[in-house]
Amino acid sequence: MSNAPADRRYARSHEWVRDLGDGTVEIGISDHAQSSLGDLVFVEVPETGRTLAAGEACAVVESVKAASDIYSPLSGTVVAVNEQLASAPELINQQPYEAGWIFRLRPADGAGVAALLDAKAYLAVADSE
Amino acid sequence: MVDFGGWDMPLNYGSQIEEHHAVRQHAGLFDVSHMRALDLSGARAGECLRLLLANDVARLKDPGKALYSCMLNEAGGILDDLIVYRLGDGQFRVVVNAGTADKDQAWISAHAAPLEVRVAARSDQALLAIQGPEARAHVAALLSPPDAARALSLDVFVGAQIGAWFIARTGYTGEDGFEIMLPAEAAEELWRALTARGVRCCGLGARDTLRLEAGMNLYGLDMDEHTHPLESGLEWTVAWDPPERNFIGRAALERVRGAGTVPRLCGLVLEERAVMRAHQRVIVPEEGEGMITSGTFSPTLARSIALARLPAGSVREVQVEVRGKLLPARVVRPPFVRHGRALVQV
Repeated sequence: MSNAPADRRYARSHEWVRDLGDGTVEIGISDHAQSSLGDLVFVEVPETGRTLAAGEACAVVESVKAASDIYSPLSGTVVAVNEQLASAPELINQQPYEAGWIFRLRPADGAGVAALLDAKAYLAVADSE
Repeated sequence: MVDFGGWDMPLNYGSQIEEHHAVRQHAGLFDVSHMRALDLSGARAGECLRLLLANDVARLKDPGKALYSCMLNEAGGILDDLIVYRLGDGQFRVVVNAGTADKDQAWISAHAAPLEVRVAARSDQALLAIQGPEARAHVAALLSPPDAARALSLDVFVGAQIGAWFIARTGYTGEDGFEIMLPAEAAEELWRALTARGVRCCGLGARDTLRLEAGMNLYGLDMDEHTHPLESGLEWTVAWDPPERNFIGRAALERVRGAGTVPRLCGLVLEERAVMRAHQRVIVPEEGEGMITSGTFSPTLARSIALARLPAGSVREVQVEVRGKLLPARVVRPPFVRHGRALVQV
């Protein structure tokens, strides 16, 4: 049974978004996603400064089983990436909502967040898979 | 859980990579009861297997000795790869893959009947594999002192009936260990006794990364009915001598051998951070194209490794098409890892 903290929003493609309160958001993948992928072995993060459209493929997580694209849940500019994942991709398996974050984004506008799911709605989606 | 040859089997019991390391460094436990054991008995059982198998059971002089072999069709295609034990005079045990078991049993039975050899599927038995540098000691600790001494004295690729268990020093991981065939109703107790000792439960995922690091083929990926042993890295398992032994597939294999160039099954190590997977294209400069037959991430090397079928030749530097990009890879000779040690440089 996977978990999803209530303090953030979720995309149907299994990314989470947390508002950092300084005009930026942090993005990672859900516990359900990391558990379905299995042990991660490589993570490819986007370049800092890159402009992303909502729904654009911008990172890759590769597990022992398969490679998977990560889609940006919002439009915006990448302001930071989690450099630790290069040497420790297992952080995503171990702490998908904390140390396993993937990148931070300055959203182009505030509109996109409302279209994302809250934790309860996301879990319903995840459990139906 | 996944469907594997009609059996529900776990990919992992938590972390595939931790299970992998447990086998390389300590001991791991696999339920491989999906594989089917077939007992052949009759005065002409040896003759039957000398017809059916590309390797020669006449090499099995002592009871308990095991042999790895391909079973071929008339065209030289591989019907299955298997292990055969000589149990005694006119008594052999063959262990085949789950996905091919029904076909294998029908094929073997059809050739056994005219020779009055009986074929019995041992569905009453379970098969557990305990693998890793500490594996044999864990098993011995569960046996009486005389039985433990017998088990520990088994040579590599030899099995013996010890009490209710048939214990063989075989496996599919590149580590030392045992495979134990025992009555199915006793398997759970053995499983619990081993896990209580700290032997780690391992799923199909770790089984795959371990066998690939060990350079062992997987039937259905690295070889099948449409490929022959010479292009599958298995010529060493074909017993050409004595020349008069006319095993099924021999004539076809001799034609292939006589024709000259045969594709080669090689090991690849990827130079970049990505993972090679089955069916990806391999570009071999000057020589053409090949294909990955199975690929994975090697937990021991922290690199992607693969087996690939490439055109005949000696090119060492190739490119693999991984998710739309051409990435450099190096051709190596498997195994990649044996007995916990890396055998290729990364």
